[in-house]
Amino acid sequence: MKRLRLVRRNNESWLVKVAVPILSILLAILVGWIFLVLSGYDAAETYRRMIQGAFGSPYAISETIVKAIPLALTGLAVSVAFRMKLWNIGAEGQLYMGAFAAAGVVMFLGDWPSWLLLSVMLAAGFAAGAIWGLIPGALRAFWNVNETITTLLLNYVAIFWVSYLVFGPWKDPNAMGFPLAPRFPQAAYLPVIPGSRVHIGILVAVAVAVLLYIVMKYTRWGYEVRVTGESPEAARYAGMNVVRNILLVMLVSGGIAGMTGMIEVSGITHRLQQDISASYGYTGIIIAWLARLNPFTVLLVAFLFGALLVGGFGVQTYGIPYAIVLMLQGAVLFFLLAGDIMLKYRLTITRED
Amino acid sequence: MDLNSIVALLAVAIVAGTPLLFAAVGEVMAERSGILNLGVEGMMLVGAVTGFIVTVTTENHWLGILAAAAGGAVLAAIHAFICITLKGNQVVSGLALTIFGTGTASFLGKNYVGLPLTNRFNPIDIPVLGDIPVLGPILFRHDAMVYLSIVLALALWYIMFRTSWGLSLRAVGENPAAADAVGISVSRVRYLATIIGGMMAGLGGAYLSLAYAPTWQESITAGRGWIAVALVIFALWNPLRAILGSYLFGGVEALTFRIQTAGFQISPFFLSMLPYLFTILVLVIVTIRLRQEAGVPAALGFPYDREER
Repeated sequence: MKRLRLVRRNNESWLVKVAVPILSILLAILVGWIFLVLSGYDAAETYRRMIQGAFGSPYAISETIVKAIPLALTGLAVSVAFRMKLWNIGAEGQLYMGAFAAAGVVMFLGDWPSWLLLSVMLAAGFAAGAIWGLIPGALRAFWNVNETITTLLLNYVAIFWVSYLVFGPWKDPNAMGFPLAPRFPQAAYLPVIPGSRVHIGILVAVAVAVLLYIVMKYTRWGYEVRVTGESPEAARYAGMNVVRNILLVMLVSGGIAGMTGMIEVSGITHRLQQDISASYGYTGIIIAWLARLNPFTVLLVAFLFGALLVGGFGVQTYGIPYAIVLMLQGAVLFFLLAGDIMLKYRLTITRED
Repeated sequence: MDLNSIVALLAVAIVAGTPLLFAAVGEVMAERSGILNLGVEGMMLVGAVTGFIVTVTTENHWLGILAAAAGGAVLAAIHAFICITLKGNQVVSGLALTIFGTGTASFLGKNYVGLPLTNRFNPIDIPVLGDIPVLGPILFRHDAMVYLSIVLALALWYIMFRTSWGLSLRAVGENPAAADAVGISVSRVRYLATIIGGMMAGLGGAYLSLAYAPTWQESITAGRGWIAVALVIFALWNPLRAILGSYLFGGVEALTFRIQTAGFQISPFFLSMLPYLFTILVLVIVTIRLRQEAGVPAALGFPYDREER
């Protein structure tokens, strides 16, 4: 009798590492296809329109990049924490706090020269996100409080806080009753590539990726983070300061997410408002995982997911609910997790007599 | 506050705690077997929408909650397959479940948003018991699902702590290798526990769409799935303590309504933050006081691999 068996691998397979994410994306597209057909939609036409919407014209591509910027940054933010197996799923809230702080800077220093104002805004965004990350970080570091739950719950608090501001004390009296904070002065706008909405935030994303790559690969701290992620016991045994590293990782992770918030208000919305983020904080988790926490791969995957978001917005006019984007994202992650078993095992056929 | 408003507050606390109770007790079951499922929010949403759609279509809310349980079970089965059979990362799989569940629920519910419900679960005034002063209105004038949640919590407690299968379940969560050695199928126990957990989360979601709201809207759960996950820790992995905890958390929600209607000059946004902040606070207190022997299953979150024994 022939049987399929999973046998442990002794070495990591490069082919599997690359093939699994690609196959995951293809299989997720297939699942989406089946869902669309079962719901009575024309799947081929839906996907055609999605691709058209994301890549069909120079403007479409520029919009895909516009979405890829925050996705890359949140992806980078969570990948730092995931390296140490710290499950920061609070990038969404950290982003909102960063946006809040940046908008606050504009309120008080709006007449400063643009470069200085933008620098202070970025620093404030980083600081606010870092603090929002440090709260659950400190709870985890000192008392071992589960950071997955606390980071997630703080998202709601941050979003309600921003809602409070734009409905209440920061509401623009000239916004005809809409819950919007006042529009920034031009000096607080991020410079853009003329004729598009692509702003200088793209350079920030690339810079953060390069920096993280170097820090993780070549510094002692990066080494400690990786070791702690692999085995906290070994890290402690080797005399590494785990408490300090948890705090630092959450500070950096939250800070990057906070900068994302600053970049979105300064580059896109030009004011504080409720829907700054299209769930970038959550999508960043999928991107980080799909990219296997490699900073440069995060940039690439963020571009693909930017396309998914833009394409998903586009097909709404064709009657497809935007929720299809979330379904595809979840499905990609499922297939990736399922496929990863191939990293540790290989499938063999054995004969049993 | 006079007696009447306290009675009203406690009655609302039980209603608001019921969706949490379903979900938390289900998660207790899964975690006791060693499977951490952070997809509770997603399973609740799918339960809420399938329950609602089936109730609207068949005009039978009992069929509705069956569908909700089935919906939660299907999602939980995906998680079980990835985490048990394929030994995938439980945290990430749970997050994927939440994202996928959120998307699936709003996709399925697209044409049902805000529809009125003719066959909701209505409160029943239980004869005699409902007339007891104070206790009557607090405990005995609720809808059937409130009592169902208590019965299921008690039943699952009994199964977990008073039956031989429950012993196997806890053994698998504590020391899967030892359980395997005495002939318990680790995978089978974990599959069952995870899927029952999903059914309970589905019911919790259905309570929101069929009794509490009662309507369907996107993000109707508003983070309750995560509060339920935190509740499991508060309950020290014990369904009986989960009953208490759910009503405590429900009480916080009831209190925010009460403050709102009493006309205090507090922004509703701050009131909305309260349940989340309260959850964090409780989580911190419980974690600091938590001892290893208090109930956390030793193998929670780790896949079982025979070859690694």
